[in-house]
Amino acid sequence: MEVGVERRGNARVIAVKGRIDHLNASAFHEQLTPHLQHCRSNGDGIVLDLSALDYISSAGLRIFMMAAKQARAQGGRIAVAQMQALVQEIFEISHFHLVYEIFTTTDEAVAALNRQPETAGT
Amino acid sequence: MQIRFWGTRGSLPAPLTTDAIRVKLAAALTAAQNVRLETPAAIDDFIAQLPFSVSGTFGGDSSCVEIIDNEDNHVICDLGSGARRYGAEMLRRHGPEQPQTYHVFMSHLHWDHIMGFPFFTPAFIPGNRILIHGCHPNLEAAFRRQHGAPSFPVDFNQLPASIEFVQLQPGVSADIAGYRITPLLQRHAGDSSGYRFEKTGKCVVYSTDSEHRTENTRETEAFAAFFRNADLVIFDAMYSLADAVSVKEDWGHSSNIIGVELCQLAGAKRLCLFHHEPVFGDIQLEDILRQTRRLEEITRDGAPLEIISAWDGLVVDL
Repeated sequence: MEVGVERRGNARVIAVKGRIDHLNASAFHEQLTPHLQHCRSNGDGIVLDLSALDYISSAGLRIFMMAAKQARAQGGRIAVAQMQALVQEIFEISHFHLVYEIFTTTDEAVAALNRQPETAGT
Repeated sequence: MQIRFWGTRGSLPAPLTTDAIRVKLAAALTAAQNVRLETPAAIDDFIAQLPFSVSGTFGGDSSCVEIIDNEDNHVICDLGSGARRYGAEMLRRHGPEQPQTYHVFMSHLHWDHIMGFPFFTPAFIPGNRILIHGCHPNLEAAFRRQHGAPSFPVDFNQLPASIEFVQLQPGVSADIAGYRITPLLQRHAGDSSGYRFEKTGKCVVYSTDSEHRTENTRETEAFAAFFRNADLVIFDAMYSLADAVSVKEDWGHSSNIIGVELCQLAGAKRLCLFHHEPVFGDIQLEDILRQTRRLEEITRDGAPLEIISAWDGLVVDL
């Protein structure tokens, strides 16, 4: 499992490559944690680019859940993009498609997260 | 060896309702349009090709599972509400005149796993012997309390059968009723025990009411060893994974996803989804079974793992 990070506007694109399973879920968590701290209202959004993620187990999905909870608690936005078909099916069977904003491409996800939220009328 | 499921529902019995039966009837009648059903055989054939959620039901009794190697050796796991029908069947089969010995293995002492005992007719027949095995130190107290006033009219001391409590230790194998039986401590409120039963080259694992943290490598490998090469793993698949790791975290239950992963790691042959969420109807449970089979298919890395879902009355040959 490899993790790469790229900043695009107010979005941090975190690309995950390989497999996340019970053997390396903790290592993935450690790599994700520093970025999650910045995922807050008026901070950075996070896009998890899963185009090179071949497999994710329950241990990896637990980290995804922790990340979503933390981001939400901080008022930040986190999304996943460009899932391979197998990972997308795992997301659906595990009901994680109800937890995450899912985008077909990373560009769409970045655009959505960089868009300023509409402000309420005064 | 055979496994017979008398109760498969988690947490609370969940009887089928009239509304649910009407939905099944409507679906069956819709499917029957333009089908010739003029003979009993044609009707049977038609019913056989209906989805299980239309032609049957997963059932509503809480946990009770029988392990059978011969008709006179009575081994069961848990005494949920399914124990009532199991006891009635034993009475029908053996009558009150032939004393029987029953070996019960308790996963834990929550209501849904003991609530069938006050209605377990073999306990009301003198000469019967009931040995209740478990790892909880307060095993006997829990059963006595359930029979106490004002909760039940027949005090435990009035039960005519001989009832004994046998303390087991997690991780320590014992030879009981012809089986090699190994309990394992599981994560659940107040702890629970899984049991691995082995006899004449066959193995079934009963592992319900158990929450798993698969990121804990040591724990995951311990369960994989517990399930290793089992012919059947009866597994608590009550929640979706998303629920199990969020709103229902620490509720002490698991998911179909983790069941597949652990069985794949263990090289088990068959996974049986068990301890069904009482809120789920037959269509939802059938959908979970279909999705779980698909998950196994797309993540398979070796021999196939057969996936089944328990229902009250199901008999599995090992």
